[in-house]
Amino acid sequence: MNTFKTLARNKLVLASAITASLLLTACSDNDNKPEVVPPTPPVVNQVYTVTVTNLTANQPMSPITLVAHDDISAWQVGAPASLALETLAESGDGSMFSSMDDVGSVTVGQGILMPGMSESIELSLAPDDVDSVSILTMLVNTNDAFAGLNDFSLDALTVNQMMSFRSIAYDAGTEANSEAKGSLPGPADGGEGFNALRDDVDRVHAHPGVISQDDGLTDSVLSASHRFDNPVLTIKIERTQ
Amino acid sequence: MNLNKVSMILVLNGLMIAPTMAAELEISITNLTHGNHFTPILITAHDNMSHQFQAGEMATPALQKMAEGGNIADLMSAATGNNELVVGNPAEGLLAAGKKVDSIMLDTQTMTHLSIVAMVLPTNDAFIGLDAWEIPTTPGTYTINVNAYDAGTEANDEIINGGGMPGSPGIPAAPGMDGGANGTGVSDTSGNDKVHIHPGVLGDTDNAGGNSDLDSRIHRWLNPVARVVVEVK
Repeated sequence: MNTFKTLARNKLVLASAITASLLLTACSDNDNKPEVVPPTPPVVNQVYTVTVTNLTANQPMSPITLVAHDDISAWQVGAPASLALETLAESGDGSMFSSMDDVGSVTVGQGILMPGMSESIELSLAPDDVDSVSILTMLVNTNDAFAGLNDFSLDALTVNQMMSFRSIAYDAGTEANSEAKGSLPGPADGGEGFNALRDDVDRVHAHPGVISQDDGLTDSVLSASHRFDNPVLTIKIERTQ
Repeated sequence: MNLNKVSMILVLNGLMIAPTMAAELEISITNLTHGNHFTPILITAHDNMSHQFQAGEMATPALQKMAEGGNIADLMSAATGNNELVVGNPAEGLLAAGKKVDSIMLDTQTMTHLSIVAMVLPTNDAFIGLDAWEIPTTPGTYTINVNAYDAGTEANDEIINGGGMPGSPGIPAAPGMDGGANGTGVSDTSGNDKVHIHPGVLGDTDNAGGNSDLDSRIHRWLNPVARVVVEVK
């Protein structure tokens, strides 16, 4: 009953406040008659800090690529990679995502993310663009391994709230894992990045790991330290505004 | 006020009734590997005391039969005898690498936990294993990464010789027709006879000899090997 009374009182106060504001508005209208322009509230971006950590022993990662997009998947296990994904997974260059249909914005990290290192990237998005975000990076001492987060909605994240993920390594399936000299763009080789030829299974799958010369792949330029196990990447997303 | 009290009671009643267990599940299973098949899959829904397998425990003879030869018949009869809900072989045979079986419907009735197994082929006794996953009561879509376990019942010699019955060494077959022959056999010095996380296969690049009849460029994997998506309706 007490609560009910308080509520009722509050309602009265509110009602008088509304009346007062109406009166005020009426007064100003009497003085000069301005055109009625409906107020357009400025679009306030939602700001996120994305912190990634490279968990591998000896696999530098290409500049972190954050893609805000509409209803598309950056990848789909069991389906062929898009050209943008193939390019990222073979060369580390994620810029092709920006020319894809339905992509709103692409944000790229500072540079190579070395093993053991973390990087925080600020992501500022219009409220319309937060419901589908992907994060990608290449493990550069591989033929076409990548990691990240696929088609994730930030809708439910409130200010100061944080979500944390761990990514496994995926294989784009676009380049055979030869580990051969001249085929890996990373510092273990300094070889070729993108090549349009698709000579692997042509479907995205979980990466089987690199074999290395130390484990019996004679032509491999990789050694035991280039092997990795899952997970390979930690991703933390905190909404700051 | 009286009216409000009545409706409050109705709301409370509604809340009390809500957490009944039965839920309609729609399940999909994707083979994440580069080049391994899954043999017929077995899905069971059961109470919180039951398991198809447990890491750190000995495999049952029925689990061994599944893990070494892909035969789920004994596991199915055991589950049925235990009054569990059973979905046997939803992919109707092998589930190849990269393939997905979906739209598997399961009404949980009074069951609270979900288990899934299938042999990984070609291997000696590897299987995908989801052990007694508690079915959420909140409707939504849940994604589970599933690891490969070693049944601990057979040495991982990596020789393809047709051996699929419990007690006979070797690997039954390489369904992708990408296995080798005449391997001398990998020496498996593991003494772990309990169900454990599979160390992965070794393989080699010699399909006419070497240690292994598996191909290190095709048959290796890292966990997870399968992705299960459960939609609780």
